[in-house]
Amino acid sequence: MAYAWHWEVFLQPAAAGGTTYLDWMLAGLETTVALSLAAWLMALLLGALTGVLRTVPSRLWAGLAAAYVELFRNVPLLVQLFCWYFVLPELLPQSWGDAYKQMNPFAQQFIAACVCLGFFTSARVCEQVRAGIDSLPPGQKNAGLALGLTLAQTYRYVMVPMALRLIVPPLTSEFLNVFKNSAVASTIGLLELAAQGRQLVDYTAQPYESFIAVTVLYMAINVVVMAAMRQVERKARVPGYIGSK
Amino acid sequence: MSYDFDWSSIPGALPFLWDGMKVSLEITATAIVVGIVWGTLLALMRLSPVKPLSWFAAGYVNLFRSIPLVMVLLWFFLIVPRLLAGVLGLPPGSDARLASAMLGFALFESAYYAEIIRAGIQSVPQGQVAAALALGMSYGQAMRHVVLPQAFRNMVPLLLTQAIILFQDTSLVYVSALADFFGAAYKVGDRDGRLVELLLFAGAVYFVICYAASLLVRQLRKKVAT
Repeated sequence: MAYAWHWEVFLQPAAAGGTTYLDWMLAGLETTVALSLAAWLMALLLGALTGVLRTVPSRLWAGLAAAYVELFRNVPLLVQLFCWYFVLPELLPQSWGDAYKQMNPFAQQFIAACVCLGFFTSARVCEQVRAGIDSLPPGQKNAGLALGLTLAQTYRYVMVPMALRLIVPPLTSEFLNVFKNSAVASTIGLLELAAQGRQLVDYTAQPYESFIAVTVLYMAINVVVMAAMRQVERKARVPGYIGSK
Repeated sequence: MSYDFDWSSIPGALPFLWDGMKVSLEITATAIVVGIVWGTLLALMRLSPVKPLSWFAAGYVNLFRSIPLVMVLLWFFLIVPRLLAGVLGLPPGSDARLASAMLGFALFESAYYAEIIRAGIQSVPQGQVAAALALGMSYGQAMRHVVLPQAFRNMVPLLLTQAIILFQDTSLVYVSALADFFGAAYKVGDRDGRLVELLLFAGAVYFVICYAASLLVRQLRKKVAT
């Protein structure tokens, strides 16, 4: 195979922006990380809320939360993304839709991708939170109520803190998934890591170098997230449960 | 709400959309078959006492599980065909991109199947292997006649759940030029200026299929559990 490797291509000045191709790559990495972290924060908040709702003794709320999960789990991520990006702005009140469309393209893409990933992931987090709450011995809830706490207080001070600590290990894989799923945002034109890699192929004509670099960066993200979550896991372990020291 | 819905472009486009759905189902079926066969081999390699085999399988699974599917599809759509053309000296006109994208998809999903199957094999009690070996079976025979049948019985619900996820993942072949159901819906919407309706329609179709399938899996799970 007569392929001319040119790793130094990353240091050459880029076609636009007065920077190097390496800077393009790093800008993509930054967008991927920012997008994933923002979506993850949203997913944790929404997921914890809906996860609690799935376990409350109210058929209406539990049913609504179940429908929420089914909706976001049974439609492909790509279809959801296109719905947030192309469909929703048309269905909003005219003034809102116009306001959205007048933002700069990057902000439009980022917001759509973030909201999409946030809701998509929250349905998965919801199921983990529910499993965590269901795995608690019923005595915890009863003890809370017997002490005179209201149901809301029992959730707030007893069950949710316990459940969240128990589900840290499964949440790690969901956290990793957010980063991987964020690559889907390249389909609406957001210049995150995967899109930058593709763009570099067109500009530099050095396809192998740019794709290898992008792949390695995704793997690096994985390693960093896993190491960080291992720390969280160690801190969050509940004494007396399997996995604790 | 100021939007005027106009669903009239959907009925005429149904045959075209159905063609797309057939492509989606074809990709799904191919990936499930390749995924289970190659995934089983990977799982066996990973559990094998031969170190290089187990390293290879672990490396394969970890590599594919740490990069996004979009990236894998782009690799196999843009890079691998060039590589193959260079290595095999294919004539310049031939186009291996579609086959390549499909192969990449199947190889990606195999990594996920391998993990499910490995867990399934490990869930079979150790005594079963010991008993089979004590009866004079070889390691291969014990796997084939004793361990794998039990493992697969336990795994059926998980394998099917993964198949539903895989079916949803097929929409991502949008990044290659394969015209699957989603690609077809997008094209029709784009052509008629009715993207809103077509995207909502595509979402509804995916939802109905996946939700119905997940209800069936839930029924099956109850059956297997008893």
